[in-house]
Amino acid sequence: MGLARRAVLAAGGAGLLALLLAPSSARARPSLEEAIRGFAGGAEIRPGRVEFDIPPLVENGNAVGVTVAVDSPMTAADHVRRIGLFNEKNPQPEMVVFHLGPRCGRASVATRLRLATSQTIVALAEMSDGTVWSAEADVIVTLAACIEDLS
Amino acid sequence: MTRALINAPKTARRGEVIEIKAMIAHRMETGYRIGPNGQPIPRDIIHRFACTYGGVEVFAAELFPAMSANPFIAFTTVATESGTIEFAWTADDGTVERAAVDITVT
Amino acid sequence: MLRALLLLGVALAVGGQTPHTDQRSGFDFMAPETQALQQDDTANPGMLWVLEGEALWQDPAGPAGVSCAGCHGDAAESMRGVAARYPSFDQPTGRPIDLQGRIDQCRQARQGAEPFAAESQQLLALTTYVAHQSRGMPVEPVTDVRLEPFVAEGRRLFEQRIGQLDLSCAACHDQRWGQKLGGSVIPQAHPTGYPIYRLEWQSVGSLQRRMRNCMVGVRAEPYAWGAPEFTALELYLRSRAAGLPVETPGVRP
Repeated sequence: MGLARRAVLAAGGAGLLALLLAPSSARARPSLEEAIRGFAGGAEIRPGRVEFDIPPLVENGNAVGVTVAVDSPMTAADHVRRIGLFNEKNPQPEMVVFHLGPRCGRASVATRLRLATSQTIVALAEMSDGTVWSAEADVIVTLAACIEDLS
Repeated sequence: MTRALINAPKTARRGEVIEIKAMIAHRMETGYRIGPNGQPIPRDIIHRFACTYGGVEVFAAELFPAMSANPFIAFTTVATESGTIEFAWTADDGTVERAAVDITVT
Repeated sequence: MLRALLLLGVALAVGGQTPHTDQRSGFDFMAPETQALQQDDTANPGMLWVLEGEALWQDPAGPAGVSCAGCHGDAAESMRGVAARYPSFDQPTGRPIDLQGRIDQCRQARQGAEPFAAESQQLLALTTYVAHQSRGMPVEPVTDVRLEPFVAEGRRLFEQRIGQLDLSCAACHDQRWGQKLGGSVIPQAHPTGYPIYRLEWQSVGSLQRRMRNCMVGVRAEPYAWGAPEFTALELYLRSRAAGLPVETPGVRP
């Protein structure tokens, strides 16, 4: 085992230990900003071309219906490669990443997401030419009354 | 049984863009919930969905714990040929659930 | 004369209790997105339970290996209208029985199989499938005189204050429906969508489960699963909802 690998393993071990010792509130999740930069690679993120539909207020955060449509001809030369959805305040920023291609015909997806609390959601589209486009929305999440007592 | 509901047209014209809706029964346990004994309930989700048409993967999705339980995905594909459209959901433990529908393209 | 008075008395007692002239399903109080989810059979998660129930309907059970279909044939025909008149009177016990109870009773008595556990996946799937066959049909008023004392008992429980918060079902669902509790609108508490896919549970669940949630909500000790109090309440809720259409599988927040 090389020295470098051993060092990485040791660092990883120390990191894991720190994680286990730290109270859960101190364990910061990657920010929304970091997560969308991760998706975009080095590409500049430009607002536009992405139509993102999500209700501004939902009565339950467990099943929030969203649709994302991207303006694109979806040809072999010019199409959407990936659509990613990211959040601000869930335990982790990634929500779903769709992989598309010319066989899709249209860049249009719909799904249902979990939102832990009121927050900003960002939809990103990566094109075949490497450009990345975005749209965002703020959602207010209310809670149901009279729920189960799981404890 | 694989409890999956697929909604796709049975027939289409060649080149037509068709809409497919796929929903499968799964708790999508996030790994962030605390159980009755005070211990976290381990994560257990479907993390990948793929649609294969005539043997070619035409659409896929990486799912994270933020996907609702009983995950629902709607997407489109071009009706290229008559044949079978297959769906595969891969869970964290490696098991794969499958469903398929036939389509006649004229 | 006495007979006429008797009949009048029975009609008043058993005829059911609508909370007021404006009778509305829980559907009407939901956000448009949730309403759309319930109405789309290709997206309503409750339909996954209907699908499973459909398969279970064909499953042979018990020593004779008879399925539900073996006696009842096509559920779309034989089960049509059934959920609209449940809970109903059960001869052997002399008490009301709800749909889940009837399915389990059938399994035991007629299929010779183990009953499904309360709130189990299979029982919920079968109940949802059977109730779904009555979708769109109005809930029938309770006219069976033998059920009269149980409707009265259910009404008494509905109007009884319980829990640390000292609230009755009626306090919210008769007197304050349409107003807000926290961020949610209070519905009239009709059973028409059950078993429902509750977004909060992320699963299909029974009316009893929902009522237990309410009891926990007012900080009362919930009755045990299958308790006679629940059946009486379910029966009263049926009488109170007479005329509203069955919606199973309903979606609720």
